[in-house]
Amino acid sequence: MTDRAAQFFRKAELQALIDELRRRDYNVVGPSIDQEAIVYTELTSVEQLPRGWTDEQAPGSYRLVRRDDDAWFGYVVGPHSWKKYLFPPRTKLLTVQKTEQGWSFLPAVLENTKTAMLGVRACELAAIAVQDRVFLGGPYKDRDYESRRKSLFLIAVNCTQAASTCFCTSMNTGPRCKSGFDLALTEIESGFLCEIGSDAGWDVLSACELQTATAEDLNEAESQRQRAVEMIERQMRTDDLPQLLLDNLNHPNWKAVGERCLSCTNCTMVCPTCFCSSVSEVRDLTTDQIDRERTWDSCFNPEFSYLGGTPVRNDTSARYRQWLTHKLGSWHEQFGTSGCVGCGRCITWCPVGIDLTAEVAAMREAPAP
Amino acid sequence: MTWIPPALAVNPWLTHTARIADIVSECDGIATYRLCLDTSDNASAYVFEPGQFNMLYVPGVGESAISMSGDAHEPDGWIHTVRVAGNVTRSLAQLECGQTLGVRGPFGTGWPIPQLVGKNVVVVAGGLGLAPLRPLVYHLVRHRSQFQNVSLIVGARTAAGLLYPTEYANWTQAGIDVQLTVDRATAGWNGNIGVVTALLDRLKLNQIERASVVTCGPEVMMKYVGMSAMQRGIPAEQIWVSMERNMQCAAGLCGHCQLGPAFICKDGPVLRYDRLQPYLFVESL
Ligand SMILES: Cc1cc2nc3c(=O)[nH]c(=O)nc-3n(C[C@H](O)[C@H](O)[C@H](O)COP(=O)(O)OP(=O)(O)OC[C@H]3O[C@@H](n4cnc5c(N)ncnc54)[C@H](O)[C@@H]3O)c2cc1C
Ligand code: SF4
Ligand code: SF4
Repeated sequence: MTDRAAQFFRKAELQALIDELRRRDYNVVGPSIDQEAIVYTELTSVEQLPRGWTDEQAPGSYRLVRRDDDAWFGYVVGPHSWKKYLFPPRTKLLTVQKTEQGWSFLPAVLENTKTAMLGVRACELAAIAVQDRVFLGGPYKDRDYESRRKSLFLIAVNCTQAASTCFCTSMNTGPRCKSGFDLALTEIESGFLCEIGSDAGWDVLSACELQTATAEDLNEAESQRQRAVEMIERQMRTDDLPQLLLDNLNHPNWKAVGERCLSCTNCTMVCPTCFCSSVSEVRDLTTDQIDRERTWDSCFNPEFSYLGGTPVRNDTSARYRQWLTHKLGSWHEQFGTSGCVGCGRCITWCPVGIDLTAEVAAMREAPAP
Repeated sequence: MTWIPPALAVNPWLTHTARIADIVSECDGIATYRLCLDTSDNASAYVFEPGQFNMLYVPGVGESAISMSGDAHEPDGWIHTVRVAGNVTRSLAQLECGQTLGVRGPFGTGWPIPQLVGKNVVVVAGGLGLAPLRPLVYHLVRHRSQFQNVSLIVGARTAAGLLYPTEYANWTQAGIDVQLTVDRATAGWNGNIGVVTALLDRLKLNQIERASVVTCGPEVMMKYVGMSAMQRGIPAEQIWVSMERNMQCAAGLCGHCQLGPAFICKDGPVLRYDRLQPYLFVESL
């Protein structure tokens, strides 16, 4: 499988790939511009791709600007992550019906969704691997996630640039897509270099007119990928990480960051690995039927930790501490990996520009007495 | 590692219809229910380890984690002692015999019975904390000879809050040293007054190193029980507490119940004290 040589196809062939996946009943999803951001949405045509646009990101800021070329994947990552397809914001868990004998409970019927993701970055492949551990690696499986994950087709696209908020090299997750994909593309001026990661990937590729990659194509692709590596500025030291945070649960910096944080939940919503949820009752008033639904929740919501009348984490600093110590600390013990893949979304989309890499550094510089 | 029913492992949301068979009123706002599954009159449907809990579901209102409080050796239904605390438990309290609700479980870790064998066992219960400990007490009674001295310290705010009072005589007769205490004496009470730790501090314990403590009650109480026990020389590795946190899924998937690295629902609720110690005393963690 892995010994298949990289292939080359011209840009227009990507449409054939989308068509083929759709013919095979995949819902193809990928990047497109909506409300001044590059988001993930259903794709039927390459015309929907953010051609000629890029994203400029900094703590607390994101903006789209025109590129001076026509690159199709010339951006980094936006406010959406692929988790919305594998772990949807709303999921039905159970249907409850009133019968003459009392309540009866029917497990939710799993939707038969085949999703093909186009444009998955290396950090996002890593995030999917993290969520695999969360939802499938423990003693209890999330069957909804499992069924969506089983029929997933992944077309990765290597980054050819990085944002100021990216730190995948620190988290050892990118920028190069190394595994976990069906196909991995690198965009060059004349088309795409395509690595094949699975039999399914190879099979679907039969719809495209392939050419053998020339040495020149390969060189150009390599230098494009190298460009992303060289653009990464942000770093986070991780060697002391779970322990540094767990040793500093009473560090004064939690209070300081808690004073800036708005507890708005943005960071947790945009994070591709955050998985917290709550369950609610959805009543159909006409039929006596009740659905139990799971929706995304956030450890920044005060009600999240309600216990006997008051939240356990009653102030913002306690909630920020929970988020960060979980993400970078206890996640290791729970799932054998960091909960952070270094995508930088939480930095970009924080309205006050709180930067987790800076918070960790602050704690390391001045450990609590 | 606790055994997990295979059907729950693949779908922790699997909910069964249970019918209320009996309701016994315990004291103000607390009642014990026997729930029978509609689909089964088979005893094997009610297998659990003392310390485990079910999620009880009142449709349209919500779910609550409620411990098993019955005898694991007499599986004739799910026995739960419930206190009215909020919406779910209030709605549950309005149900009558014959009405139905949803049950999924059992979830969580049980009391460490194998590790207690051959030890002096000290059980400390505060208020409703006796409910999840009662299945353990039943086990200790039934297998009394496997254990050294067994003490049960029960505390409550007032005498009326002492749970299952009619059973204490049986337990004493079976060779358990039952000691009661209340925070506040009411008319007719002439027993101990004070916190459970005062009794723990005075408890005669030969061979401290062979003692184990298991406790359930309000979190502050359990912290003090842990500290008192350690002060008396009982190592943290021989102390177990049963924790409470907000729980939605009971399967480690919703994120609500975390305390440090522990998911209280699946790594707990019964956790060894040394594992909790770094986190238990951190405020608002
Ligand atoms: C492992 C475990 C075992 C347990 N075993 C038992 C047991 O055996 N018996 C038992 O009785 N209990 C037990 N509990 C506790 C029980 O789960 C809770 O008391 C119960 O879930 C409360 O649910 P409720 O809907 O009735 O109350 P909730 O509605 O959750 O209310 C609880 C309290 O919080 C307040 N509250 C809730 N939401 C809000 C809000 N949004 N704003 C303001 N206030 C709010 C309510 O007013 C109330 O005082 C156990 C808990 C755990 C984790
Ligand atoms: S914590 Fe921030 S940088 Fe890390 S994966 Fe989540 S959103 Fe990306
Ligand atoms: S850290 Fe930023 S994004 Fe996250 S809750 Fe606080 S203010 Fe919102």
